[in-house]
Amino acid sequence: MELTELTITQANRGLIKKEFSAVEFCKAYLDRIRTCSSCSQNLDSSLHSELKEKNINAFITISEETAFSQAKKVDDTIEEGKEIPALAGIPVAIKDNILVEDLKCTAGSKILENYIAPYNATVVKKLKDRGAVILGKTNLDEFAMGSSTENSAFGPTKNPNDLSRVPGGSSGGSAAAVAANMCCYALGSDTGGSVRQPASFCGVVGLKPTYGSVSRYGLIAFASSLDQIGPMTKSVEDCKIVFDAIRGKDKLDSTSVESKIENCKLKIEDLRIGVPKEYFIKGIDPEVEKVTKEAIKKYEEMGIRIEEVSLPNTEYALSCYYIIAPSEASANLARYDAIRYGKIKNQKTRCSHTVKIKNLFDYYLTAREEGFGVEVRRRIMLGTYALSAGYYDAYYLKAQKVRTLIKQDFEKVFEKVDAIFAPVSPMSPFKIGEKIDDPLTMYLSDIFTISINLAGLPAVSLPCGRANGLPVGLQIIGKPFEDDKILEIGKLFGKV
Amino acid sequence: MISKKEVEHIAKLARLGLTEEEITKFQRELSAILDYIEKLKEVDVTGVEPTSHSILVENIMRKDEENEELKIKNEKLLKLAPETKNGYLKVKSIL
Repeated sequence: MELTELTITQANRGLIKKEFSAVEFCKAYLDRIRTCSSCSQNLDSSLHSELKEKNINAFITISEETAFSQAKKVDDTIEEGKEIPALAGIPVAIKDNILVEDLKCTAGSKILENYIAPYNATVVKKLKDRGAVILGKTNLDEFAMGSSTENSAFGPTKNPNDLSRVPGGSSGGSAAAVAANMCCYALGSDTGGSVRQPASFCGVVGLKPTYGSVSRYGLIAFASSLDQIGPMTKSVEDCKIVFDAIRGKDKLDSTSVESKIENCKLKIEDLRIGVPKEYFIKGIDPEVEKVTKEAIKKYEEMGIRIEEVSLPNTEYALSCYYIIAPSEASANLARYDAIRYGKIKNQKTRCSHTVKIKNLFDYYLTAREEGFGVEVRRRIMLGTYALSAGYYDAYYLKAQKVRTLIKQDFEKVFEKVDAIFAPVSPMSPFKIGEKIDDPLTMYLSDIFTISINLAGLPAVSLPCGRANGLPVGLQIIGKPFEDDKILEIGKLFGKV
Repeated sequence: MISKKEVEHIAKLARLGLTEEEITKFQRELSAILDYIEKLKEVDVTGVEPTSHSILVENIMRKDEENEELKIKNEKLLKLAPETKNGYLKVKSIL
């Protein structure tokens, strides 16, 4: 077995037993990243284009030097015979909308292409305190807006299972990096499915924790009432290790909540799991449906009671989300004005017009025209429209009320069942370029994940098989702050 | 279908520079998305309270005190700005 294929648990054992050093372990990943992404400028053009095609493009920034120095520190600790935490010396990749001090943080946007993070996100600080080795920052849809990682100013990421297809998004770089063994685990962020959908598309484990259980301090805000940072790993055990390391109340995030770390013991015969009938509808790929149902059947065969449940407001979730998320985004992205960060290239004239920049207003228009990509602009426009005078009640307020109904649907179902099984996405990874010009079809790939963000629930995507030759994830949704329980249920799958 | 004028108005509110082409494109795309969102009209929300966050959110206060750590942070933040003067951000004239 290659070093880069190890899980966190296996690697931790190897480090303690001195089967390999943290520096060797780190080097193995950096070499792997190079093979998966190198396109040296000096190669002749035919070879160059061939390599470029093979380039997964999972990383935006690689932090080789700091990674090695951190690994060295862990080796020294081991040499001294001291105990090390589970994550010490384990190489991790961080989605490029989460701040790592002194590293570039672009959020996949041109407007932040030269932004150097002035501090650590709380999750990053927690990982660093535990001796984590940060390999670099991963590609994403610009400001996490997208479902395919095609909306990055730094080019699309490819799915390691089929390089002509998307890895999902927006945490596509993180998912691809874990799947292609370019890191041992990664962090992503999930606003409407951005951890779970790419985890499903790439065949890794991805957790969207309960809203509030992980601090958002240092996460570049997209939709603040929905955003949550989550781990992307090779096993459910690993997912639990990372989640336990990053969770907890943070005085720097007023929406964070203290949660008790529980090692819950499940009694299989007492477990009741619901399957919402609204999640198996026309429009779901029949192969994906089949694989998902087979996975649920395996649980049933273990003696778990599976029952059909109903979430009647599911059909309104997508509309509700596409009012709330863009509205919050339009407010959050108002700060990108090229005055506090970013810089406009053409100081004299607007880039698409020959209008002279005379005043602050022209300056804003130019900066934001140059800096934002098309999907970000689309959402800013949509959000600004929904919040503008005369439309607020009809759109934003209405959506917030429908959000209450969606949340209540789950509350009712959770009176009867411990968790819910559902598909992650109605489709298999699609071809790069296939949906990019059709925003509505693209939005549909998140139809099974967005309700969970609206309701603030925890949900994990677990690789459960292949459809059309490509990975499929099973989604396990839990009650608020029962993240540990859904992970335990996830662990059972491996034991089937 | 939303009008060209509406698109221009929204773009102005959002401080987004748009080309002529984009105005037409957004007119079409935003209309399609808004038509889809119309679905929400079907839902009866009489007596339903709005949800802004899935958890209870409270205001948290801190004392307004000087803090050495923040001073260092401020310097780092200012360095990211394209133009500064005497510790302030420099902007173009408003009028």
